[in-house]
Amino acid sequence: MSQARAVPHAAWAEHTRPLDFLRQMEAVAEADIRKLIHDPVELFTRMIQPVLWLGIFGEVFSRARAIPTGGLRYLDFMTPGVLAQSVLFGAIFYGISLIWERDLGIVHKFLASPTPRSALVLGRSVSSMARSVCQMVLVYILAALLGVNLRISFVAIIGVTFAVMLGSAIFSTFSLIAACIVKSRERFMGIGQVLTMPLFFASNAIYPLSMMPRWLKAISVVNPLTYQVDALRGLMVNGGSTLFGFGHDFGALIATFAILVAIATTLYPKIIT
Amino acid sequence: MPDQVSVDSNANVTLKTTNGIEPAIAVQTIDLTRQYEDLIAVNHLSFSATTGTIFGLLGPNGAGKSTLIKMLTTLLPPTSGTALIDGFDIVKQPRQVRRRIGYVSQMLSADGDLTGYENLLISAKLYGIPRSERARRIAQSLEFMELSNAAQKSVRHYSGGMIRRLEIAQSMLHRPAVLFLDEPTVGLDPVAKRAVWARIQALRGEFDTTIFMTTHDMGEANRLCDIVAFMHSGRILVQDSPANLKAQLGPQATLGDVFIHYAGTAISETVEEGDWRNVSSTRGTARRLG
Repeated sequence: MSQARAVPHAAWAEHTRPLDFLRQMEAVAEADIRKLIHDPVELFTRMIQPVLWLGIFGEVFSRARAIPTGGLRYLDFMTPGVLAQSVLFGAIFYGISLIWERDLGIVHKFLASPTPRSALVLGRSVSSMARSVCQMVLVYILAALLGVNLRISFVAIIGVTFAVMLGSAIFSTFSLIAACIVKSRERFMGIGQVLTMPLFFASNAIYPLSMMPRWLKAISVVNPLTYQVDALRGLMVNGGSTLFGFGHDFGALIATFAILVAIATTLYPKIIT
Repeated sequence: MPDQVSVDSNANVTLKTTNGIEPAIAVQTIDLTRQYEDLIAVNHLSFSATTGTIFGLLGPNGAGKSTLIKMLTTLLPPTSGTALIDGFDIVKQPRQVRRRIGYVSQMLSADGDLTGYENLLISAKLYGIPRSERARRIAQSLEFMELSNAAQKSVRHYSGGMIRRLEIAQSMLHRPAVLFLDEPTVGLDPVAKRAVWARIQALRGEFDTTIFMTTHDMGEANRLCDIVAFMHSGRILVQDSPANLKAQLGPQATLGDVFIHYAGTAISETVEEGDWRNVSSTRGTARRLG
């Protein structure tokens, strides 16, 4: 090599600087986002489910008028639920990429770097958040085409974005925890299939809590998806309102995310053992 | 570089330079042990590797090499004992250790969905290399590994040798004191192997990096390593220069003869290192690189 010999340990390599954590977290997210930019097909295939739910299920149930929606058209009522469901279904299988990267050796490389484990976990959450925002944009376009009475204001869209990102961060981190526990792709797919539909149906995504039997309501109030949908319903469509209040909804989502990050940070290194 | 090697009865090696000054120790294990239920994968291991050497760890499947390298790179906590890497304790100071090491696993750790440049950029950020240094370090590494022309190509389109060189470039961006290479040439053809060997030797020559590598390739160990250690059943049986080890068996002895002398010819049936996942991943890596 022709250049001058480098000093093995530069000052920057010896100490943790204040922004290092954010930079390392961003690097983990950036790797994933760059892959998505190279191959964005996944984002479009994820649109199939919202199209089916809104275009077929929503249209049919709007005619049935069997579900009490508090004065909203059923399509307007379910659109926030379908957005949350779309985010859930995308995020809940996110953990399989960790197993895949473990099998390739990419996770080993990350774990042998000085990046804190919490930054590795949060970086993956950020990446999942970025995907969810893309899904949000596509669901908004689809909803507008179907004539959903969307609330288009700066505050509403910021609020929806925040709720979508939090939901995605929660379910992707939950998925990461599941991956660290089950460790194999086959078992993970089984767990993912088992989890998604119960999470979806034990929430207020497509029917209100008031319709649920008591036992289902009891499950629903500890399901983070319920709070995500509740916040989205109050923000996303004209005439929509929250049952629990935005403070309660976002508080529950943030607290859930913090707990899951703490668990995932502990379990993450165990994926390779 | 050590000029003289002596081995005591506990397989510890004392290295002296020609001026009589004892060289610095880059890797030192102290009673290091890892137990998986009833299997002791690494058994009260105490040895050291000198700064600036290429240290080869040899041994049959199940000897404990991968477990040892995982502990030294802080990926796996020891059951008891510890190790010092460049003076830092793997148990008490894991983050300081990670700042001082580079690690290339035997698996395919470069991301095939990114370009070579992007792989290096992500690594630079993970190691906290400041923005002002990043571009220069990446360009230097690409040039050093003779990958400058392929920087913007997807790693999917790299040859096996190019991928390995990229992985070594990633692990060297932050100029680690110790570089751990777990079977660096597994699955490569002879030409690609030689290119990787040349880069490993150049790294040591250029940056005085201590290189700690595992290999099953006796030719590779003979050609590259200043010191080799034979590991069996979680213990290091002998540690010396390849020339001294061969000389102990006779003038015609090869390193392969030394391997059989210490490891025996019995096939290991232990699952550590040789379990389904490891075998599958090693073969997968060989297939992808080939």
